[in-house]
Amino acid sequence: MTQHSAGSQGVGPAETAPAPAEVEQPTTPGARKRLSRGQLTFRRFLRNKTAVVGAIVIITLAIIAAIGPELFYWKFDDIDYDAFLKGPDSNHILGTTQAGRDVLALTLRGMSKSLIIGFMVALIATSIAALVGATAAYVGGFTEKAILWIVDLMLVIPSFLLIAVITTGGPQGPNAWLLLVVLLAIFGWPLSSRVVRSLTLSVKEREYIQAAKFMGLPAWKIIIRHIIPNVSSLLIIDATLGVGYAILAETGLSYFGFGVQAPDTSLGTLIGEGARMATTYPWVFMGPATVLVILVMSVNAVGDGLRDALDPTSGSGGRA
Amino acid sequence: MSTASTNPATTAAPARKRRTAAGDVVLEVKDLHVTFPSEAGPVRAVRGLSFDLRAGETMAIVGESGSGKSVTSLAIMGLLAKGARVEGSIKLHGDELLGRSDEEMSRTRGQALSMVFQDPLSALTPVYTIGDQIVEAIQIHNKGTSKEAAWQRAIELLDLVGIPNPEQRVKSFPFEFSGGMRQRAMIAMAIANDPDVIIADEPTTALDVTIQAQVLEVLKKAQQETGAAIIMITHDLGVVAGMSDRVTVMYAGRPVEQGTVDDIFYRPAMPYTIGLLGSVPRLDQGNQEALATLEGNPPSVVNLPPGCPFAPRCPLAIEACRTAEPDLERVDSGHSAACVRVDEVVSQGMTYAGIFPVPDLTRSQLAEVPREERETVLQLNDMKKHYPLMKGAIYRRRVGTVFAVDGIDLDVREGETLGLVGESGCGKSTTLLEVLNLAAPSGGSIEVFGKDTSKLGRKEKFTMRRDLQVVFQDPMASLDPRMPIFDIIAEPLGVHGFTKDEIEKRVMELLKLVGLEEGHADRYPQHFSGGQRQRIGIARALALSPRLIVLDEPVSALDVSIQAGVINLLEDLQGQLGLSYVFVAHDLAVIRHIADRVAVMYLGKIVEIGDVDEVYERPRHPYTQALLSAIPIPDPQTERSRKRILLTGDLPSPADPPSGCKFRTRCQKFPLLSEGEQRKCIEEPPELVGKVPGEDHADACHYSEVVSVM
Amino acid sequence: MIGYVLRRLANYIVLLFVAVSLTYVLAATQLNPRSLFLMRNPPLDPRSIESMLLSRNLSENVPLWERYWTWLTNVLTKWDWGQSPMGAVVNDEIGARIWVSLRLLLIGTMLGLVLGVAIGAWAATRQYKISDRVITVLTLLVVSTPAFVIGHVSQILATDANRRLGYQFFEFIGETGAIHGEGWWPVLADRLQHLLLPTVVLMLLGLASMSRIQRNLMLDALGSDFVRTARAKGLRENKAVMKHALRTALIPTATYVAFTVATMFVGATYTEKIFGFRGMGAYGIDTIQGQDIHGVVAVTAFAGVCVLVGAVLSDIFVAILDPRVRLS
Repeated sequence: MTQHSAGSQGVGPAETAPAPAEVEQPTTPGARKRLSRGQLTFRRFLRNKTAVVGAIVIITLAIIAAIGPELFYWKFDDIDYDAFLKGPDSNHILGTTQAGRDVLALTLRGMSKSLIIGFMVALIATSIAALVGATAAYVGGFTEKAILWIVDLMLVIPSFLLIAVITTGGPQGPNAWLLLVVLLAIFGWPLSSRVVRSLTLSVKEREYIQAAKFMGLPAWKIIIRHIIPNVSSLLIIDATLGVGYAILAETGLSYFGFGVQAPDTSLGTLIGEGARMATTYPWVFMGPATVLVILVMSVNAVGDGLRDALDPTSGSGGRA
Repeated sequence: MSTASTNPATTAAPARKRRTAAGDVVLEVKDLHVTFPSEAGPVRAVRGLSFDLRAGETMAIVGESGSGKSVTSLAIMGLLAKGARVEGSIKLHGDELLGRSDEEMSRTRGQALSMVFQDPLSALTPVYTIGDQIVEAIQIHNKGTSKEAAWQRAIELLDLVGIPNPEQRVKSFPFEFSGGMRQRAMIAMAIANDPDVIIADEPTTALDVTIQAQVLEVLKKAQQETGAAIIMITHDLGVVAGMSDRVTVMYAGRPVEQGTVDDIFYRPAMPYTIGLLGSVPRLDQGNQEALATLEGNPPSVVNLPPGCPFAPRCPLAIEACRTAEPDLERVDSGHSAACVRVDEVVSQGMTYAGIFPVPDLTRSQLAEVPREERETVLQLNDMKKHYPLMKGAIYRRRVGTVFAVDGIDLDVREGETLGLVGESGCGKSTTLLEVLNLAAPSGGSIEVFGKDTSKLGRKEKFTMRRDLQVVFQDPMASLDPRMPIFDIIAEPLGVHGFTKDEIEKRVMELLKLVGLEEGHADRYPQHFSGGQRQRIGIARALALSPRLIVLDEPVSALDVSIQAGVINLLEDLQGQLGLSYVFVAHDLAVIRHIADRVAVMYLGKIVEIGDVDEVYERPRHPYTQALLSAIPIPDPQTERSRKRILLTGDLPSPADPPSGCKFRTRCQKFPLLSEGEQRKCIEEPPELVGKVPGEDHADACHYSEVVSVM
Repeated sequence: MIGYVLRRLANYIVLLFVAVSLTYVLAATQLNPRSLFLMRNPPLDPRSIESMLLSRNLSENVPLWERYWTWLTNVLTKWDWGQSPMGAVVNDEIGARIWVSLRLLLIGTMLGLVLGVAIGAWAATRQYKISDRVITVLTLLVVSTPAFVIGHVSQILATDANRRLGYQFFEFIGETGAIHGEGWWPVLADRLQHLLLPTVVLMLLGLASMSRIQRNLMLDALGSDFVRTARAKGLRENKAVMKHALRTALIPTATYVAFTVATMFVGATYTEKIFGFRGMGAYGIDTIQGQDIHGVVAVTAFAGVCVLVGAVLSDIFVAILDPRVRLS
């Protein structure tokens, strides 16, 4: 070993503060005081008060959906023969429906279904989007063209109508909502996969991908090991916003009776039911509608917060 | 006095009465402090900068990234982000600028005070024509000027900065201009209102050397026309030596040395300045010794420890250096330095070699073996790479062919370094990628270790990758940020089927070999500085014990003081391991230092190749001569006496190269030839041939002759 | 150039053809027109049901590809998109409903776009100030609220307002109502009354999503170097923002605008259903609920055409706004 190598930058006082010295751009805080990327992201997220509130609300709602039915007296399938279409009072906090069922209990029941559907759809759709988008961009050539064509096709078809057509003629019953999950996921990935693709196109040019290629790593390993982890910020944001999209799509379909089917309950079916009498008996409608809005708004707020925290140059798409 | 009143070019914008005569102070900065809030704590970007700027003079602010030089320029312009806290005093003609409202500052900006930014593409609004943008600059401050007069003036300004056909080009959009032309347009905009001070923030960093030489010339001309003072912000010591009268050296937000350009270059008194000047490879000096290195990295300006910020890297540091930060002390008239031991440094006449350690590099045993007897590791025979040229943002279509590499021959022998130089678009990086792809080129052949790549099977290629590795330019982008460095260095070993134990042992070996601590193996790339990251990249390249490493601009993203350490490491490794390098760089000084042989490329062709000292000392091809002469040398006296060969125009498109000799459209020699001689240049592509038998030196020019340019 | 435009157009047509054919197959296998007649009381004669379905090319006893072929030849040769199980002609339905949608949507969509761009751009220049935060939260609220909730809430509020006013100022069922008085003015007033609420709802929806997009685009543009150059020339901050940042940030906006305008016709399903407008959006729902195979396919085709027109429009808008695209 030469003197030089042994005594070079590896040792010496400077090593205790190995900080990239890019202070020229005060907008990029960088990892200066050896704050890890995760810590920095977390700090940036915490600074966004709306997002923090949103996260707390989602967690609270999820807990209530899970344990709520144990806390309240009325169960969702109880019928109170003394109260048909009664407004909110101390007995029924959010009132009752035409059939004498407790709106609060129904709302909790519907919310848990909507939440489950939302998270499942987002997870599946984002996974498909990640794999398909990254593959298209990395492999290129005919594969990319074919994938892009399918994506275009999916975007030309009005997904709402098609899902409605399939669920109308599809199987009914207590597990019909699983079909809805699959359908929403199938129509949910194309747009995200386009975004994943364009990001992958730039990641692909990074030198570490080239380095991996030149050391002989096969394409599928490069995609799994290097590309997907490096577009993960986008995927996290996409999955979060995807939850909101899925919940809105599910409730929208259920509102018209195309989504979750009776006897199953979701926020959409409840709102649809309440909407018919919304102007005369608003509580049947307002309970689930308020919960839905709060839920989706929280999800979107968290998505926005994550975007700002993970991606300092957020809001792109129009880099002119 | 301004020449504007006598210059017919300025009729449309009536010359303002100058408030200062030549030699008077126009801009006075006193104890400037700039602080930004950040997640990690307040960033103290500038700490106590003072200087006076006199009319007509050029002052350079030099420093590495993070030294606070760009922040200074924006603070003077009043264009810092809103969160920044600016303290101290900035006076223009004696009037305080700090604390003015945006409206008040707007009357000064673009009028008495103007600025040229680094990246001329992003600095121009893409949707307006160049003319619109210059006219806007004129009309903001001259409300009475008619549209026609302003356009006329814009055309005159474009003419002044050397844009050909200004009447037509004034209607062009920024994307239709080349980088050099955009920067000329920026300068035209900056001088539109006859400013008193022009701030140029790294104005040529984004440009190629021959274009840099043109733009610096334009800047000098603009200064003569307007009589303005220039603040030149740069990290390039060569540019400083050629352009400036006075210099301020900044380190970690502090001015550490101020003086005339000769003071700084010939009598530096602060160890940092001495180290900075000493660690730059010199274009005009061959490779004798290892570069002395400034160990360590510039400190972060968040939560600076007490004491001199340079102390941790300074071999002269004593206890006093770590307790309090020294102020600028007068060395002699007009020259001051911030160092506790400045008196010793000056009185003992300490120089670079005396202060900084020069490492011992291992010399290769192969150096003893004559070149002809060594094995050929890489050979290109008439290698070509052509791409389809696509056009259109919406309707993409093929409109032609890019002749990225158009028939080159070269060979690399065991244990030697071939430097590949040329400006962007010359095909040097394409050449590297073609070699790395191990595929058949568009034409000709590539032989790696004696095997033709077009005839390799999948398996053979995979095995060959062990012997052929790459080091990239950007040490941040070349390491996957999601992996700890152990995994990064281990990856090639895993791919090629090493066992876990072997990998563990080898990675630790490699870390030691490139001078990193074994204990850092589980850290992520972002925890390392640029120089350290490049060492990690080198360790990864070495993992499989390759024989040939191609290096794509491996030091150009690093600060000067860091560069030297990486160059030394590469030389040392070559000696120890008998490696061969193909070293691509645009910095010809680095190539001179590290390479044994050099190939100069222009538009996909090699125009000159040979022994590095031979080519640099006695360049034969006009392009090599122009390229070498365009590079500023960090030596003010040499710079003052040098005569530049300024090339005209920009690089032709590689999709539509000129017939015959590709360089003839810009050649300084071509216009001097007779018509018959010119015809040969136009019709007949010159061959790359040795003109002196027995010499390792060939060029591709019909009329080549040695012209010394150093 | 022309060749490339044509090739792209051909690709669009193929896309559309595949999409519509897929929809036909799905609708024909999933929807069940016969069920409409089986539920009739008194029960209909099975043979007359069959002959009715056969005459409308809806009988599942005919092989799928044969039905598809009949349908396709009718569309291609006679531009006949078929009939609903009840005998309504799809061409007539669509012909009428497009105008209903247009009347309902034009004002609301346009107002939403223009105000959205303006508010988004303004909010970006005031990033992190109170006004920006208020706008951000409000637009987030609207974006997170499904159209059917906004629609019904507006009706609840309108009912309340009408009760307070003591007379039916806000109308929210159908395009027209009972007309009081003579001449054209009461007719127009009646129509405007019916338009008011859905227009406000549509405007709010469009405004919220557009302003969020525009705010992000504008923030990007504000941070760019050329805005700094403009200020270095002596432009005041506001002027630099308006002239340089906004102008550049409008280029990507054009894409959104193009798609919004083109997909407007089928985008307002909820608003049309809730406010009782028999437009194209409502048609989609009605046809599925009415087991109307031909109607569903026609709506899908119409929606597909709208998306493709949007794509072409966005190309054109961008080319107009961006010299880099226009000239290269």
